[in-house]
Amino acid sequence: MELHDVWFVLIAVLWIGYFFLEGFDFGVGILTKLLARDRTEKRVLINTIGPVWDGNEVWLLTAGGATFAAFPEWYATLFSGFYLPLLIILVCLIVRGVAFEYRAKRPEEKWQTNWEHAIFWTSLIPALLWGVAFGNIVRGVKIDKNFEYVGNFWDLLNPYAILGGLVTLTLFTFHGAVFTALKTVGDIRMRARKLALTVGLLTAVLALAFLIWTQVHTGDGWSLGAMIVAVVTLVGALGAIKMGREGWSFALSGVTIAAAVAMLFLALFPDVMPSSLNPDWSLTASNASSSPYTLKIMTWCAGIATPLVLLYQSWTYWVFRKRIGTHHIADAAH
Amino acid sequence: MDLALAPETLARWQFGITTVYHFLFVPLTISLAALTAGLQTAWVRTENEKYLRATKFWGKLFLINIAMGVVTGIVQEFQFGMNWSDYSRFVGDIFGAPLAFEALIAFFFESTFIGLWIFGWDKLPKKIHLACIWMVSIGTILSAYFILAANSWMQHPVGYRYNKANGRAELTDFWHVLTQNTALTQAFHTLTASFLTGGAFMVGIAAFHLARKKHIPVMKTSLRLGLITVIVGGLLTAVSGDQLGKVMFKQQPMKMAAAEALWDGQNSAPFSVFAYGDVSKGHNSVELSIPGILSFLADDNFHSYVPGINDTNKAEQEKYGPGDYRPIIPVTFWAFRWMIGFGMASFALGILGLWLTRKKFMLPQHLRVDEDEVPNLVLFKNKALSPKFTKLYWLAALWTLGFPLIANSWGWIFTEMGRQPWVVYGVLQTRDAVSPSVSQGEVLTSMIVFTLLYAVLAVIEVKLLVKYIKAGPPELTDDDLNPPTKIGGDRDADKPMAFSY
Repeated sequence: MELHDVWFVLIAVLWIGYFFLEGFDFGVGILTKLLARDRTEKRVLINTIGPVWDGNEVWLLTAGGATFAAFPEWYATLFSGFYLPLLIILVCLIVRGVAFEYRAKRPEEKWQTNWEHAIFWTSLIPALLWGVAFGNIVRGVKIDKNFEYVGNFWDLLNPYAILGGLVTLTLFTFHGAVFTALKTVGDIRMRARKLALTVGLLTAVLALAFLIWTQVHTGDGWSLGAMIVAVVTLVGALGAIKMGREGWSFALSGVTIAAAVAMLFLALFPDVMPSSLNPDWSLTASNASSSPYTLKIMTWCAGIATPLVLLYQSWTYWVFRKRIGTHHIADAAH
Repeated sequence: MDLALAPETLARWQFGITTVYHFLFVPLTISLAALTAGLQTAWVRTENEKYLRATKFWGKLFLINIAMGVVTGIVQEFQFGMNWSDYSRFVGDIFGAPLAFEALIAFFFESTFIGLWIFGWDKLPKKIHLACIWMVSIGTILSAYFILAANSWMQHPVGYRYNKANGRAELTDFWHVLTQNTALTQAFHTLTASFLTGGAFMVGIAAFHLARKKHIPVMKTSLRLGLITVIVGGLLTAVSGDQLGKVMFKQQPMKMAAAEALWDGQNSAPFSVFAYGDVSKGHNSVELSIPGILSFLADDNFHSYVPGINDTNKAEQEKYGPGDYRPIIPVTFWAFRWMIGFGMASFALGILGLWLTRKKFMLPQHLRVDEDEVPNLVLFKNKALSPKFTKLYWLAALWTLGFPLIANSWGWIFTEMGRQPWVVYGVLQTRDAVSPSVSQGEVLTSMIVFTLLYAVLAVIEVKLLVKYIKAGPPELTDDDLNPPTKIGGDRDADKPMAFSY
């Protein structure tokens, strides 16, 4: 296994980390409209992810930075090619971060409801668009011989990619609902369980269609394996939440995300961004990568830093492990 | 295509707008993290409640700021790929590494521990909670260092070779990239300027409250801390700026000649205080200058030869082929002056402030005041400033609160504009760095979107800051004074959270 293949795996790991973690906080953001009955319940939801969403988002920044360093060609083609969708995602992430921090900073109801709308939409849109983006990456887009994207915005909105977007949207919402059930007490927890079941069933249907489509289109034996894991754990997560085993259900829905993302990367390999115009113009793990020296340094850095990151991020989750409910929200008036 | 709306021009404007905007928050974040950590340390060590109130007050302003710093930073990382894809292809091998290091080592650190700090007041024992804010502070500084190392490589590329086979620059010595003198001096200069910024911010706000005779013990402490920060930060900024200038004279002679609008090289080159340049004619029509100073700045010698814009342009044409290698002279000239002027004005005011508010034992008995009274401002021994001048000083402190921010912005404009037409000095020109596949409409769209969004957020941010500044430090509760003694161990599991969104 060459270093650029190692980095292909590491980039996949970073995206898995990102979707696993921000997946549930996107989901919780979406649930502020689907699940919460009043303002206090909204605040319960927001506070379940309060201490951790920022750290979760850094997985994206790391995936971006690592792609820049390890696969400059991929980074350049992807971000200049998917210009407008990425712009929308960036705007959402900006507004979302500010919304969490600023929502409670003024008491006026109008101020707070505006930020609540913002939290919902800026969670929903990226959750959808990431799936669309990955759908396009796996399917292949119009890349010319200079590795430049020559398609347009509308080319990105094809049925396969849109289905991919719906899968990430529903899957993250399901993951978020299970997380909410795991992190709250009282009535909201019971409703989160119920909602998780409904959203989970919808997710299962969409995900099955998308994963089979992927498997038929570009899959191999490995991706088939990952697909089976994804499907089995999703069913398991549904069963567990039905039985009220929230911890198990969350772990399993996490594995579903990991396996589904892994499947996309396995289906992609050895390409990183296939060209739909000519297979010879595809970006691959070897032709898009940095020099071995850079990859070596990066490997050292990742080898030392990643375990530390996992350690202190896990510690954060442990510190804030207690469930919260409406009675934990200081001023129930807001 | 109309040059004013060419994708390259738009992409440059967008980079300028997003970077200067992002950099309004960065220096405040860096310094306020450390100052808040310092105040919290004082609380943990002395148990004096004024320090805890100060921690909560400055911590809140810090959080409002860092939220904007973080979200605008996301754009910075992705716009290299969006607008500058040919740049990314050419230098990703080198430039990407410090960015990835920043994310892995600094961002994760900063963002994880800030969550722990914000929500951890009733979940963590005092000392562990204190450690969290220090971790955030370390994270912000590391983050700045990696970014500045990456930027320094663009100013002065080292530790790489050009690979003809695939037409890109490749890293050969990463350690050299991280430790070259450009990176070290630039990091030093930026970090010290950050503390000047945070100090002036603190002084201005403390002065605002003291002028109204509110929250006196907390604001007196803050004022002194701010003044000392301004002076130490300002002094070191000047020293590091001088160092950085010397480094630049060697590495980027064009930038420094442009900074001085020094058209023709000369011995005992003067420092121009004011000049009205005519770029097309290549000379200044009106000029006010101090002889010998520029030579001294460049080389520690009042008589050294300093090359001018015209000689340097000629030399670069010989080296890199035909073309115009001059940046926009008026922008670099004035940016350089405004950077120094605003920064040093703040520093000077800080020195004055520290003298006016000097400690009790240096003052005669009748001018000393109690802990909870506004200090007498004393210019000369034995005589307090008249109410009129006292008021004037508080006002001046408040009005100069943003001076270092202006200096910082012009500093970046100078650094980046002075390097033009190069994006990587001597290696890659800006016009060859833009994304060929991105249309004019796309760049225009994103520029408008970011500019509008940033403008709206600026209004929101400033309003929030003003609100919390006016509100002053919060009253303390029993829970504030008695944090848990073990991790996650709040005494009553059903009581409301100490902090919630």
